[in-house]
Amino acid sequence: MKENLYNFILGIADNSLILGQRMGELCGHGPSLETDIACTNISLDLFGQVRSYFQYAAKIAGDGRTEDDIAMLRKEREYKNVLLVEQPNIDFAFTLGRQFLFDVYHLAFLSELQKSTDLTLSAIANKCIKEVSYHERFSSDWVRRLGDGTNESNQKIQEAINSLWTYTDELFHQTKADIAMVEQGIGVDVTKLKESYYMQVGQLLEEATLEIPESKWFQKGGKEGVHTEHLGYLLSDLQYMQRTYPNMEW
Amino acid sequence: MITTEQHIDPKLWSILEQVSDPEIPVLSIMDMGVVRSATISNDIVKVEITPTYSGCPAMDVIGDDIKKALKDAGYISEIDLILHPAWTTDWITPRGRKALENYGIAAPLETEADKDVLLNGKRLVKCTNCGSQNTRLVSQFGSTACKAQFQCVDCQEPFDYFKCLK
Repeated sequence: MKENLYNFILGIADNSLILGQRMGELCGHGPSLETDIACTNISLDLFGQVRSYFQYAAKIAGDGRTEDDIAMLRKEREYKNVLLVEQPNIDFAFTLGRQFLFDVYHLAFLSELQKSTDLTLSAIANKCIKEVSYHERFSSDWVRRLGDGTNESNQKIQEAINSLWTYTDELFHQTKADIAMVEQGIGVDVTKLKESYYMQVGQLLEEATLEIPESKWFQKGGKEGVHTEHLGYLLSDLQYMQRTYPNMEW
Repeated sequence: MITTEQHIDPKLWSILEQVSDPEIPVLSIMDMGVVRSATISNDIVKVEITPTYSGCPAMDVIGDDIKKALKDAGYISEIDLILHPAWTTDWITPRGRKALENYGIAAPLETEADKDVLLNGKRLVKCTNCGSQNTRLVSQFGSTACKAQFQCVDCQEPFDYFKCLK
């Protein structure tokens, strides 16, 4: 099995899976019908993307596991998503702030992945980037609107950005698999995306009359499987059906 | 090989045309542009379909419906889901666009106009009920992943707009 490729794909897919689950939690709980539908649509896009990645990963693994097994039957430490995406939906500002901080990265990442020498991955990236550009418009729009809105909305989105800031640096860390994939022309050198990421995010925060957090203390660990306490709870929801009724199918 | 051409065996056109998008029943999958190839070899029909959006839940149903339509016509078939080249709203045929409008869904505008509508609040989308361009965006995301929600300011009709995807 091509272990580095497999782990590289999981690294990408797990971000979408976990963020998709978080956005899906808003189904029936969004602040208005339109935002509820928007957030669940984003969730649906992300899950769709995850299916493409996991189908490919299952093929590479070649040990009889299916896309569902990979999504549903791993243990917490085996999930490689960044800490940012597993943070809870504390309020609407947090939810959209998290989405925005991830979308800007996601869009830049997919733009590079389109150039991958792995044709399956470049095709998936080519497909996903169209959807993610809608996500990024939506979340940027809300950060702007909340920041430039009332005193209360400004304060809430500022608090969200301040709290989530510590998870942004991890987006640009490389795992062993990432480095190997970059060397083979398959992966994306995320370290090169960092500068323009902070510039782009900074610009939008300014536009939204928000302050750019100054803290230089950053959390990490998700990419290596070391997660915050929130992931376990999320997984117990996500995996409930498969754990309770093993091998069930729709 | 990168190609945006469709390869459909002429014998299969009329069969495939009868299959419709389960979420937009008036729209044939051929007018939707999701069938990229359909060929017959050794009595087995191979059909390649491509999703409109990655998470489109209609794809599984479309695959099953194609199989059934072909079976009814006496063919055994295999369905493959392909991602490349990625589907674009340009592949919706003129007849498909008309079917959408008649069904109450505004057809996608060109890329720039689409951006103006969704981002800058420009009023370019025509109301499917009264034809007025005095319409407003309610939400960038609508009842399915491929649509946005609009409302006509003149006749008050709420309607879906099929987002441009390129």
